[in-house]
Amino acid sequence: MMQTDPQAAARKRKRDRADTRFKLYGLSAIIFALAFLVFFFVDIIGKGLPAFQQAQIQVEVHYSEAAMNNYNKAVDKQYKRLVSKTWLRLVPNQIRDNPELMGTTRVEWVLAENRVDQFLKGHEGHRLKAKYQTLVNQMYEEGKVKLVFNTGFFTKGDSKLPENAGIVASAIGSVLVLLLTMLFAVPVGVMTAIYLEEFAPDNRLTQIIEVNINNLAAIPSILYGLLGLAIFINFMGVPRSSALVGGLTLALMTLPVIIIATRAALRAVPDSIREAAYGLGASNLQVVWHHVLPLATPGILTGSIIGLAQAMGETAPLLIVGMMAYIPEAPGSILEATTVLPAQIYTWSGESLRAFEERTAAGIMVLLAVLLSLNALAVKFRNRSENTW
Amino acid sequence: MNSETIENTIKIRNLKLWYDDFEALHGIDLDIQKGKVTAFIGPSGCGKSTFLRCLNRMNDRIPACRVEGEILLNGEDIYAPSVDVVQLRSYVGMVFQKPNPFPKSIYENIAYAPRIHGMVKDGPEMDELVETALKRASIWDEVKDKLQQPGTALSGGQQQRLCIARTIAVRPKVILMDEPCSALDPIATAKIEELMDELKEEFTIVIVTHNMQQAARVSDYTAYFYLGDLIEFNDTHTIFTAPANQKTEDYITGRFG
Repeated sequence: MMQTDPQAAARKRKRDRADTRFKLYGLSAIIFALAFLVFFFVDIIGKGLPAFQQAQIQVEVHYSEAAMNNYNKAVDKQYKRLVSKTWLRLVPNQIRDNPELMGTTRVEWVLAENRVDQFLKGHEGHRLKAKYQTLVNQMYEEGKVKLVFNTGFFTKGDSKLPENAGIVASAIGSVLVLLLTMLFAVPVGVMTAIYLEEFAPDNRLTQIIEVNINNLAAIPSILYGLLGLAIFINFMGVPRSSALVGGLTLALMTLPVIIIATRAALRAVPDSIREAAYGLGASNLQVVWHHVLPLATPGILTGSIIGLAQAMGETAPLLIVGMMAYIPEAPGSILEATTVLPAQIYTWSGESLRAFEERTAAGIMVLLAVLLSLNALAVKFRNRSENTW
Repeated sequence: MNSETIENTIKIRNLKLWYDDFEALHGIDLDIQKGKVTAFIGPSGCGKSTFLRCLNRMNDRIPACRVEGEILLNGEDIYAPSVDVVQLRSYVGMVFQKPNPFPKSIYENIAYAPRIHGMVKDGPEMDELVETALKRASIWDEVKDKLQQPGTALSGGQQQRLCIARTIAVRPKVILMDEPCSALDPIATAKIEELMDELKEEFTIVIVTHNMQQAARVSDYTAYFYLGDLIEFNDTHTIFTAPANQKTEDYITGRFG
C-alpha cells in the first residue's frame, strides 16, 4: 500500500530533492572556502619559497692595505656591484681579527648582492644593469655563481639590505612577548574564571562583571594598544617597544578570551561530580582542586593556547606601543626594544626592493607554521579532554 | 510501637523550605529510626528529594534555598551555625540518582574521602579500608583484579555499588539514597536492594523512590509526601495495606500519581 500511494511518492521525491539541494549548498560553500585557502597557500608558498635560497658568488678577495681603507677595493672593480655590501663592509674587520690574512688573495664564495640574487631566480624587476647581466650569465656558465640554502634568513636579524635580512630577531621577540603574555594572562585569567564560576555568589555585581568580560573579548584590538600606551608606558613607565610592554598589552587583550574559555571548561564538568564530592564531605576548595579542575584542564589549555595564538598573530596593538620599528638586533632583555614576527612581515611588505617581497612571503610562512603547530597542540588537548565521566 | 525501645537517629521538627518565594516544604515533622530503612514516596515535585537533601544540607549549594525549623541529629540541630558541614556530610553520606563515580581509578574512588578526612594514611591501612568498603558493597569480587582501572568503565549497576562503597568508606551513621535504582536495570536493582537489606544492620538508610514496589520491598517505614506536605508516615506494612489517609491510598493503588 505504501508503494502504491502516488501522493506519498511525490512527497518523498520532493523531500529527497530538498535534501540533495541542501547538501549541494553546503558542499559548494566548502569548496568555495577551500578554493580561497588553496589560492592563498599557493600564492604565499610560490612567492616565499625562493627566499629560502640565496645567491653566492665566487670572487678573488684581496686582503690588502687598500681594502683596509676602502672595503670596495677588496674585490676587483667589475665585481664590486655583485658582492653584497654587508659582506664587503666586514672585510676590514676580518683582517683586523686575523692579521695573517693581510696581503693574501683568496678565491672565496661570498654573499651576492640582492639584484644578482633576483636576476638568478628569474624574477621580474631585479633591476640588474645590462652589463652586469652578461657578466653574471658568463659567471654562471663558469660555475662561479650559485644558489644555496639561505641560512642567513634563520640566523640574522632585520637589515635594510634584503640579502642580509633574517627573521631571527623578530622570532625571538615574538617568543619573549608570547612568554610574557602567557605569564600574565594565564594565571590571572584562570583564577578569575575559577572564582567567578565556582566561588562567587550569583548577584548583580558578578553579572555586571560577566557581561563586561564578554564585551571586552569583542573590543577592537587596537584599543588595547591605546590602553597599553596609557597605562604601561605613560603611567607605569615601562620602556616603549620593549617585550615587556608588548607582553602586558597582549595579556590585556588575551585575558577575556582565557576567562571565557576557562569558564566554559569549568561549566562543562558535570555537576554530578561536584555533588559526589560534596556528598562525601569535601570542602569547596577540595571539590574544585581535586575534581573540577583536573577535568577542566584540557579545556583550559585549549582555550589558553587559542588565545595565545591569537595574541601571537596580533599586530595592531603592538603598533601603538612602538613595536613596529626597524630593530635589527634580537633583544637582550625584556626591557630592550624588540619587534615581533607579524610586525616584521608588515615592515618588509612596505619595502620597495623586489627581494623583500619574497622575504615577506617567507616570513608569513614561518608565522603560519608556528600558528598551525600551536593550534595542532590545542586540538591534541581537546581530543584528550573527550574522555568519559 | 513502643517508643522507649526505639532509638531515633534523626528528628525533624516543623521543617519549612523556600526556593526564593516558593514554599516547597510546609512544616514537616518526622522521626527517622536508627538501623531501619525509611522510604519517601510521592509524585514528582512533591518535595521528597528536597527533603532528603536537607538531611545532609546538600541544599546549601542552592543560593535561593532557605530553611526554617529543626533537624536534630542525635539531639544536635544540623542547621545550627556552629555545625561543620564537612563533618555533617561524613556523618550523613549520600548516594545519588545517577551513578557518579569520579573519573579516577576504582581504588581512588574509595580512598578519596577517607584521605581528605584524615581517617587513615595511604598504604596497607588504606588498602584494607578500600577492600572492606568494596566487600560491604558486595562488589569486591567483581573489581578486585582491576582496582586501578577507571570507575567509570564499570556497568551502571556496578558504578552505583561503587558509589555506595565510596559512601560507606567514610563510615557514616546515616546513608541517604536519592532514587538509587532509577537509572538501573532490574537485575542491578535487585542487587542494590539486597545490599540495602544487609547495610541497614549497621547504617540508618533513608531512600527516596518512585517505585512503590521497591519501597514496599526494602523499607521498614514509609513516608508519603504530596505537594510539600507529609501526608502519612507509618511502618511500611501499614502504609501499603491499611493507609489511614485517602490520598495515600489513591497514590499507592495507582489511582493517582
